Amino acid sequence: MIAQHLSQIQGVGVGFKAEHFADILQSLPDVGFFEVHAENFMGDGGPPHARLRRLREDYALSVHGVGLSIGGADALDDDHLKRLKAVVQRYQPALVSEHLAWASHQDHYYNDLLALPYTSETLANVTAHVDHVQSMLGRTILLENPSTYLRFDASTWHEADFLAEIIQRTGCGLLLDINNIYVTSVNHGLDAKDYVDRLPLPRVGEIHLAGHADAVDGDGTPFLIDAHDRAVADEVLALYQWILPKIDMQPTLLEWDNDVPDWPVLLAEAQRIEAIRAGTKASQARYVA
Amino acid sequence: MWPDVQQEFAGVLLHPDRMQPDGIRAAPLRFDVYRNNVMVGLRRALEETFPVVRALVGDAFFAAMAQAFIRAHPPTSPVLLKYGAGFDVFIRNFEPAESLPYLADVARLEQAWLAAYHAADCVPLTIDALANIPEVDLDTLQLRPHPSLQMFAADHPAVSIWEAHQGPAPVDLRGLMSGRTYAMIVRPHLDVAVIQLQGPAFNLGATLFAGVPLSVALESADAEALDPSTVLFDLFAAGAVAGLGYGDNAIGDTPS
Repeated sequence: MIAQHLSQIQGVGVGFKAEHFADILQSLPDVGFFEVHAENFMGDGGPPHARLRRLREDYALSVHGVGLSIGGADALDDDHLKRLKAVVQRYQPALVSEHLAWASHQDHYYNDLLALPYTSETLANVTAHVDHVQSMLGRTILLENPSTYLRFDASTWHEADFLAEIIQRTGCGLLLDINNIYVTSVNHGLDAKDYVDRLPLPRVGEIHLAGHADAVDGDGTPFLIDAHDRAVADEVLALYQWILPKIDMQPTLLEWDNDVPDWPVLLAEAQRIEAIRAGTKASQARYVA
Repeated sequence: MWPDVQQEFAGVLLHPDRMQPDGIRAAPLRFDVYRNNVMVGLRRALEETFPVVRALVGDAFFAAMAQAFIRAHPPTSPVLLKYGAGFDVFIRNFEPAESLPYLADVARLEQAWLAAYHAADCVPLTIDALANIPEVDLDTLQLRPHPSLQMFAADHPAVSIWEAHQGPAPVDLRGLMSGRTYAMIVRPHLDVAVIQLQGPAFNLGATLFAGVPLSVALESADAEALDPSTVLFDLFAAGAVAGLGYGDNAIGDTPS
């Protein structure tokens, strides 16, 4: 199910921002695809849809949901799922993804990707939610690993094993966010490479890269925040380079959502990532020869 | 059990004075990343929707007012495009803003602008459409509004205040602080237009778009204060008319 998408979407993509629309249209840059947050296109009409319609004429799309609250204890919001389905039907994206996180509780929406414990209880819950989403949408989704800042005493699973089990049970794919793996590993003293090796890498359908911010907690211990507000850190790119040979050349998204730079800066960062991909591919080819 | 832990977690997200839930291991300030993400994200959503309210009160006042609104009315949907409905009512009752009686009306105008921006797309009718209506049906003629149309009336000159903030020029609000506003906000294609109207024209437009047949609306219109054919022409010219109904027939309402 994932492999069939590879023909539609390749290379390094960029998160689409309305302020870049004119620059993109004028130059039609060589970008692999654009990714949008599904919730930003759940209005009835107007300029957001006009821009995305136009973009879709020249580029493949990835629709990335942030509001389904798949990790929440409540039943999924079917009205929201219908809205997601409408966006997917309208734009026929190559990829649809969501998060291993929660954002809604009872009637309120909390606008963030919040952490959940990894237990047999939440495993059953998340599995049921992913099954429901995939059956409503009639397609496979990718589930993204989160950045987290805390741990639950109740957790009995390593996050990577938990994800692997969900993927095994639901047949969904993995959106491998390498910045999130790095952030989470630093924040909880995990070995990032061990985290990666626990994952079912053949199920990776997309990679995310983003910048993170340094912080210090109340105990004086440094930790990282998944800020999406700067270029990708060298450590994250090194991890990316280490992972690339382990997986097929999956599409990679550059996320930059805060302090968004002008288009040329964003494009240059995407090209820097593309050069790393191309370099890894070339060295792999030499190895095979 | 996860539902109980989640309940506690959700309950402290908007309240920095409440302890983080039991069963969570996080050094001080780490849990606050989530609190900060939620509050800053929602505040930014309000800043984007209410740029003129923000300019009128300043960044710090706006941030405090937004925070109070967010705590009182957290979003009920993951679709934040529409978050901020009700901000005008909140502002009207927000004591620190008492000295700015026009502020709530400006907020309501910005809410109407946002509703027009995200409304369904529809091809507006031109006044030529009237030529196709048989004379015998004119008595029953009804106008159907464009999906983006918002009729806006306020006690304060909200539109003039809003317009003063649209350009790069420094804002001079002197002389703008009193007088009722009548306007229609409509997005016939991609651009939202905010069009000021005279009171009688506004009343006729609002009556027509409420579905009152043209003949009936004209009877009750203030004939001395307005020229109905000019009002009709202006409504069509603004792109505010999406469809017409007459007898058992209808034209227009064509999605685009």
